[in-house]
Amino acid sequence: MLQVLEGSIAVAEAVKVCKVDVISAYPITPQTHIVEKLAEMVAEGEIDSEYICVESEFSALSACLGASAAGSRVYSATSSQGLILMAEVCFNVAGMRQPVVMTIANRAMGAPLSIWNDQQDSLTLRDSGWIQVYAEDVQEVTDLHIIAYKVCEDHRVLLPAFVCFDGFVLSHTYEPVEIPDQGLVDKYLPAYNPYNMLDAKQPLSMGMYATPDYYHEFRYEHEMAMQRAAGVWREAGAEFAKIFSRDYSQAVEGYRLEDADIALVALGSVCGTIKDAIDEMRNDGLKVGLLKIRVYRPFPADDIKKALSGMKKVAVVEKNLSSGSRMLGIVGLEVKDAINDSSISVLSYVTGLGGRDIRKSDIRKIVNACNEGKGNMFSGLREEIL
Amino acid sequence: MADTSVELFEPGHRACGGCGPALAARHILKGSGPDTIVVASTGCMEVFSTPYPESAWKVPWIHSLFENAAAVASGIEVALKKQGRKEHIVCICGDGATFDIGTMCISGAFERGHNITYVCYDNEAYMNTGIQRSGATPYDASTTTSPAGSASHGNRTQKKDMPAILAAHGAPYVATASIAYPNDIVKKVERAVNIPGACYIQIHAPCYTGWGFEGARTIDVAKLAIQTGLWVNYEMVDGDVEKVKKVKRKPVDEYLAEQKRFRHLFKPKRNDEEIAKIQAIADRNAANFGIDI
Amino acid sequence: MALRIGCAAPPGNSRNNKTGSWRVFKPIFNYEICTACGICQSLCPDACITLVNEQYTPDYAFCKGCGICANDCSTDAITMVLEEK
Repeated sequence: MLQVLEGSIAVAEAVKVCKVDVISAYPITPQTHIVEKLAEMVAEGEIDSEYICVESEFSALSACLGASAAGSRVYSATSSQGLILMAEVCFNVAGMRQPVVMTIANRAMGAPLSIWNDQQDSLTLRDSGWIQVYAEDVQEVTDLHIIAYKVCEDHRVLLPAFVCFDGFVLSHTYEPVEIPDQGLVDKYLPAYNPYNMLDAKQPLSMGMYATPDYYHEFRYEHEMAMQRAAGVWREAGAEFAKIFSRDYSQAVEGYRLEDADIALVALGSVCGTIKDAIDEMRNDGLKVGLLKIRVYRPFPADDIKKALSGMKKVAVVEKNLSSGSRMLGIVGLEVKDAINDSSISVLSYVTGLGGRDIRKSDIRKIVNACNEGKGNMFSGLREEIL
Repeated sequence: MADTSVELFEPGHRACGGCGPALAARHILKGSGPDTIVVASTGCMEVFSTPYPESAWKVPWIHSLFENAAAVASGIEVALKKQGRKEHIVCICGDGATFDIGTMCISGAFERGHNITYVCYDNEAYMNTGIQRSGATPYDASTTTSPAGSASHGNRTQKKDMPAILAAHGAPYVATASIAYPNDIVKKVERAVNIPGACYIQIHAPCYTGWGFEGARTIDVAKLAIQTGLWVNYEMVDGDVEKVKKVKRKPVDEYLAEQKRFRHLFKPKRNDEEIAKIQAIADRNAANFGIDI
Repeated sequence: MALRIGCAAPPGNSRNNKTGSWRVFKPIFNYEICTACGICQSLCPDACITLVNEQYTPDYAFCKGCGICANDCSTDAITMVLEEK
């Protein structure tokens, strides 16, 4: 049944059907509506979860780690400064292989302080060892949570995941959405079955320190799990598609790419705008397509190479800045490396930082610049105030 | 009553011979018993007891970071409640983790009143990283970041009063203890884990390596701290001091003179002015807690 | 041995590390003086003094020779002697 729900409320509903045992979160704009809704659900007895009101994001994720290690399914949500305050815990949760699922309502990083959207926060933690997925719309972010728990808790994986969606653009936007049926979700996502847990009946030491004789191999094992996550995601996505008729099994998704000369590459909600811009440009005879990256970690390099092999030019829309890097964007560098073909021009366009709207006309400008061979630059600057 | 014959902290750990904190760990676990989940902070004890794959802990044990043991414990407590489990949750953390870097997480956990017991083994500096000062380092102690020198008497600040801070959070039970009296540690931990809510115990655990005295005298030095009034063993129930260990007090010199960290107060000659300040700290403790016999 | 996910290990296997090799001085117990008061057992940071046939006995596999037992013995029944290697 379709309902018109705010993105944050849909996320809370997704968490509800995932039957999370422990929720621990600290309020930060634009994540607040998610955790407020969950707190309300707990207060009304609509969900059988414990909600911990912690004193910081740092403690939010630390408490999730503890609850997860004690054998519970856990959830948190955050944004921007909150996520970066958690950074140390993020590495730790991943290294301790706890399948924590956390929503990131993507927001710019200060300074200057900005509550508005870009993807600097989660992309900055690209290397923290978490699976990262990015949603284009409210339905997708709802569904990705359910798949994320399935993948993270799989004993072949045992890694945490960020489910990212753009702050305000999706978190505060009402869209028609179908909340998956509880009975079907129960079948898809059975109760949490921990691999290791704190239990006085079977004592175990968790989170020990590793000397140089062991550390290297622990990191290798972590990486192998991340690599396996790609296949497990495809599997879990396909199973989800069978039950719920929405298919997120592919790490990347093409739009009008088959005969395109120029491919745009992007993550998240801007993909919707890009698709509309592509339709218009196509009417004007421009052969443009889109490659949307849904699963950013593990990075789907082979899928990207395959999808973009016939292109002449690739323009990566970056809602982030890798300050001081040659291409300026975090994603472009990885896309270029994945394609690994000097005959295809790959350029980055840093745009829409700190909540600046990205319009169809902005996409058109990026395509024009790409056509002219200009790139690895800021796009959409207000030149008049510089 | 706790069965004190059961050892839950095994030998083979890599603590220095004569380690005060290692002794504390044994007796903490005797007090809490086998149905305990230990949450450790990063620090000396964590490092000497758990180099992978050799753990000294016979109870479930978890270490995450330096500063988040109280938050991790909060999560465990809530998970256990949800699962209907009854294990005791005991944080065992050093003074750096407790007095300095972990205070935010501790304050949050105590304000929420989780059913946990937080034990600080207090060796009065960052020993694991090489004896740097912490908020628990006493006045005038020379450490590697508060060295005594021609222009310094050592650490310029007094020990932070963590028990009072946590009592002010509404902790139902706050106690101090010392490795000089192991049975007292057992009793206090056993009492704390059986009181619902967040309880705090601070255990004076001399580190002969960091303080500079002979390892065999670890217990003697711990006793001298109490006998001079520089450490007071007491219990606070619902914010009120209930039980205090009384002593026939000795001058602070006896405690200070033996330790290298205070040697600058005695050489080349006795620094009367500074030692008088330390004596005043002991006198204030004695007056506040009524320890004099 | 395969790595255990999350850097986890079974409990209490620090016993694989025989710290007795660290020892410079060795505690020798004189059971003619010993009253089996148990102070040495209680104060050993390495938990390596146990009651064997009603006598407190150091486990030299782990004893680091710190000397607390000798220092705090109520009847001076323990002597630290230089380890012969």
